[in-house]
Amino acid sequence: MSASKSTPPEVVTLRVNGRVVTVPVGTTVAAALGAEGVPVSRVDLGGRPRGPVCGMGVCFECRATVDGVPDVLTCLAPCREGQEVVTDA
Amino acid sequence: MREACDLVVIGAGPGGLAAASIAAEAGLSVLVLDQQSQPGGQVWRGEARKRENRLARRWLDRFAASGARFRPGARVVAAPEPGLLLVEEGSASVAVRYGRAVLATGARERFLPFPGWTLPGVLGVSGLQVLVKDGLPVRGKRVVLAGTGPLLLAAAATLQRHGAEVLFLAEQAPAARHWGFALQLWRHPGKLLQGAALAAGLVSVPTSTDAWVLAAEGEARVERVRLSVRGHEETLSCDYLGASYGLVPNLELAKLLGCEVASGAVVVDERLETRVKGVHAVGELLGIGGVDQALVTGELVGHVVAGKPVSSELERAWRAVRTFAELLARHDAPRDELRRLATPQTLVCRCEDVPLQALEGCRDLREARLYARLGMGACQGRTCGAAVETLFGWSGEDVRPPCLPARIGSLRLPSPSPHTRAS
Repeated sequence: MSASKSTPPEVVTLRVNGRVVTVPVGTTVAAALGAEGVPVSRVDLGGRPRGPVCGMGVCFECRATVDGVPDVLTCLAPCREGQEVVTDA
Repeated sequence: MREACDLVVIGAGPGGLAAASIAAEAGLSVLVLDQQSQPGGQVWRGEARKRENRLARRWLDRFAASGARFRPGARVVAAPEPGLLLVEEGSASVAVRYGRAVLATGARERFLPFPGWTLPGVLGVSGLQVLVKDGLPVRGKRVVLAGTGPLLLAAAATLQRHGAEVLFLAEQAPAARHWGFALQLWRHPGKLLQGAALAAGLVSVPTSTDAWVLAAEGEARVERVRLSVRGHEETLSCDYLGASYGLVPNLELAKLLGCEVASGAVVVDERLETRVKGVHAVGELLGIGGVDQALVTGELVGHVVAGKPVSSELERAWRAVRTFAELLARHDAPRDELRRLATPQTLVCRCEDVPLQALEGCRDLREARLYARLGMGACQGRTCGAAVETLFGWSGEDVRPPCLPARIGSLRLPSPSPHTRAS
């Protein structure tokens, strides 16, 4: 532990589809997708938008590309500084 | 990568944490795998960081001090032979050799399809609660919740605390069944207190029994919801809808390991050992019973694997929890109307976009898979499986590896280490 009184940063900044999003530490990527509205993570086979449903790694509806890794379950992925998130919706 | 341990615990919720802590304190080498980035499971999600819940804090601290090793972000994808699990962790793969196993994989929500349930903004009741706990901003948002049982109240309380305007709570259970359940709670003082505390905070929220969602409507996202409320139809404009009906155990891993499953729960003996020697099951896998059951059974199995005597107090506590669980199961059982909400065009399988009409003529899950691709997508039937079980009575099939989408590299058997090579 450092003796410094400076508080650690309480927010992280990531990019969602190129847009800069700043969220509190501890936010998951799935939650960050909804920072400016209802979360949308992908399009279905018919091209309609879909968003997270279960929030706990079961439904796979929240999957997106995170730092180049495709099909990441964003509800299980914590936001990290400088993260790049790309949805297909 | 390879790992070895005396005991592997899959799932770091209350049940897994209790079993792992007690076993590790007794000197066993214990490895705990969980899909999340921190221990706590769904019920204590985020508590490792927030530390607001006293019970969670106590167990998380005990676990941290116990000597058990925790592997976050770990998903078991296959079990090619007894005593071996193949695990994916982010972009790495791990082969885990174990002596005994404790399955603590918990439960998920039961989703039943209705028109519009695929619109963004429509989530499970707990799904919405979890996302809000994880940082989804809902201040000033209008939310409708439809479901059943105590989880409905818990989700409403969380949403209110985060500034959402909870417009309506729709409890599917008939009034008599619901209040009968509530009156039984005096036998379970802990539950009664929790329920009363929750209800006290929710006095301003309109609530109705005999109420459920008929349809969610909107263009690119949910804009309004049509409800059946005691026989009348009502429409509410909203930003979010949480709709799900109780919980079902996550049985995939138990089935993958060959454990016997009956009536939707893993079959165990009094030592919570499954029909597979050395493999135990705790918590929701024994039938939905909540955090109390998870802790009691986790402690019990912790003592068993550590070779310590099980106190009669623990055994009594478990019996009490089972009585509550049976009450809950009767209360939460989905009513018939919920089976008839989907129209021919309503998607049943969300991964493969399979509408109800595509299932016409199918007699079981196998035919639905073969002819309509139901359950063949990314979630492997985790969402539509419980739905078609409720809709058509199709029960789940055996689970085949990989039980989750996995990389080829994760399915490769590790080369045997020199001292185990056959002589």
